[in-house]
Amino acid sequence: MEGFLDTVDVYRTAIWQTLFMALVSLVASGLLGLALGIALYATRPGNLLSNRLVFGVLGVLVNIVRPIPFVIFLAAIGPLQVAAIGTTIGTNAVTFAISLAAAFAVSRIVEQSLVNVDPGVVEAARAAGASRLRILFGVVLPEGLGPLVLGYTFIFVGIVDMTAQAGLVGGGGLGQYAITYGSQRYDWGVVYVSVATIIVIVQVGQFVGNRIARGVLRR
Amino acid sequence: MAEPIVRLTGVSKRYERKGGTAVTAVDDVSLDVHEGEVLAVIGYSGAGKSTVVRLMNALEAPTSGTVTVAGQDLTRLPEKDLRRARQKIGMIFQQFNLFRSRTVAGNVAYPLKVAGVPRAQRDARVAELLDFVGLLERAHAHPEQLSGGQKQRVGIARALATNPPLLLADEATSALDPETTTEVLSLLRRVNRELGVTIVVITHEMDAVRQIADRVAVMENGRVVEVGDVYDVFSAPRTAPARRFVRSVLHDRPEPDVLERLRHRHPGRLLTVLITDEPDLQKRVDEAFVGAGVRTELVHGGVSELRERRLGSLTYEATGPRGAVDAALAALRAAGVAVEEEV
Ligand SMILES: Nc1ncnc2c1ncn2[C@@H]1O[C@H](COP(=O)(O)OP(=O)(O)OP(=O)(O)O)[C@@H](O)[C@H]1O
Ligand SMILES: [Mg+2]
Repeated sequence: MEGFLDTVDVYRTAIWQTLFMALVSLVASGLLGLALGIALYATRPGNLLSNRLVFGVLGVLVNIVRPIPFVIFLAAIGPLQVAAIGTTIGTNAVTFAISLAAAFAVSRIVEQSLVNVDPGVVEAARAAGASRLRILFGVVLPEGLGPLVLGYTFIFVGIVDMTAQAGLVGGGGLGQYAITYGSQRYDWGVVYVSVATIIVIVQVGQFVGNRIARGVLRR
Repeated sequence: MAEPIVRLTGVSKRYERKGGTAVTAVDDVSLDVHEGEVLAVIGYSGAGKSTVVRLMNALEAPTSGTVTVAGQDLTRLPEKDLRRARQKIGMIFQQFNLFRSRTVAGNVAYPLKVAGVPRAQRDARVAELLDFVGLLERAHAHPEQLSGGQKQRVGIARALATNPPLLLADEATSALDPETTTEVLSLLRRVNRELGVTIVVITHEMDAVRQIADRVAVMENGRVVEVGDVYDVFSAPRTAPARRFVRSVLHDRPEPDVLERLRHRHPGRLLTVLITDEPDLQKRVDEAFVGAGVRTELVHGGVSELRERRLGSLTYEATGPRGAVDAALAALRAAGVAVEEEV
């Protein structure tokens, strides 16, 4: 454990970096994915803003990007990172990459949550004379909020995973800490502390998400 | 007579299916709904009842024909005006379709919000409506905390929020048990009588027709095959499809298994007489049998009320000398009695 005690300051910084990357990415990808997911739901044939072309293009885009393994995505997105952040290394560049990658996953989760909203409820809002946008934001979104929050919780776990992978390319955070000060120095104490910390972060995220979802679903 | 509140003129609705086939859900329907009445739309599953009703509040646009509601031709209105028109047509559903994300009060307030009614007025109206449906104390409950009957009462309050002159009910009691059905039907009746709201109910339940309908439209294969006063259609359906449907809901003839047992016990010929509210009907029936020298035994049937008028059917076992029963049958028919022999 000496290795760990010697690097407590680095460890502390790594925690903050991981939390920063995870939370900023969660919010950024959450918003981006929400917009994309709403667009996917609304333009689906037969839905409120049914549009075959937009639905098709978005669907193909999401299907191409989403399955790309994150480390490869990270490499491929280099030019975009340079354009947006000015560099491909460091916490900010990684946060940018995670936000983008996660947004595509979020979009499908949002779409799924909304598709599962009872069409009868949409029908009732239509019968009340509500406009399409009003139904989308005033009825469909609130009705799908419970599953949506659970979906975001699920995504949070994936995002924490991505922050750890980002350690491989100098993204900072607990992943990099575990590699640089842990496995590369055969200091398994550092590795296990990192693992335990990640587990705690994930569990807290899971707990908070479940709590919020339960509040929304009142169950 | 005053202008009908809903007028369908030559309305058809076709759905294109994948693979190039099409379904004609509604086929050249012309139908008036009179102001202040309760019209029941009945018919077998897939007859096009829901589609007809969804055409009335423009949830569906007709493929051809015109739909006029309160003097306004919905088929000519742009989307924005259609939305305004829908605000003046209430609708309730089989599965209630309440917003789970809103409280009872929030559900009822929704159409008022959509219509742009200011907050204070909205709250007052919501309280008034919840009081009318007897759920004032549940205002802050969430839909999943309510029973089915309570949910439908919220649905009714929500549908009436904007004071619409017309309420559409698609199988509004089909998901409820008989007791709750009666409760909801009597609420709908109050809506009609006390608030003067015209109601179109889709139903396949005889009880619903019996309890609230003034007139009935019978649908089959997308067409309205018969429309008329409930008593007239049920006591004397003019078309074969209407007769078939009426028969299936009234159970006015012995079912095959019942008939089998009757035959076993009663070797004579079995004649079923339709009992309407003609005052001297029983006398005519008796005279026909007695005149022909036929003895009768009442073996099946019953008489009850429809729209406060007598309606039912009685099955007799008729026995007598050779040719006497045929003579009685002829005499009954000559006397204007509706009679069928069970064969
Ligand atoms: N959106 C749709 N797309 C394709 N076909 C449809 C659609 N809506 C209805 N149909 C078809 O139109 C016909 C009439 O349907 P409708 O729902 O009006 O019948 P219904 O009388 O209300 O039946 P039920 O008693 O089962 O509710 C059916 O054959 C149905 O399959
Ligand atoms: Mg139906």
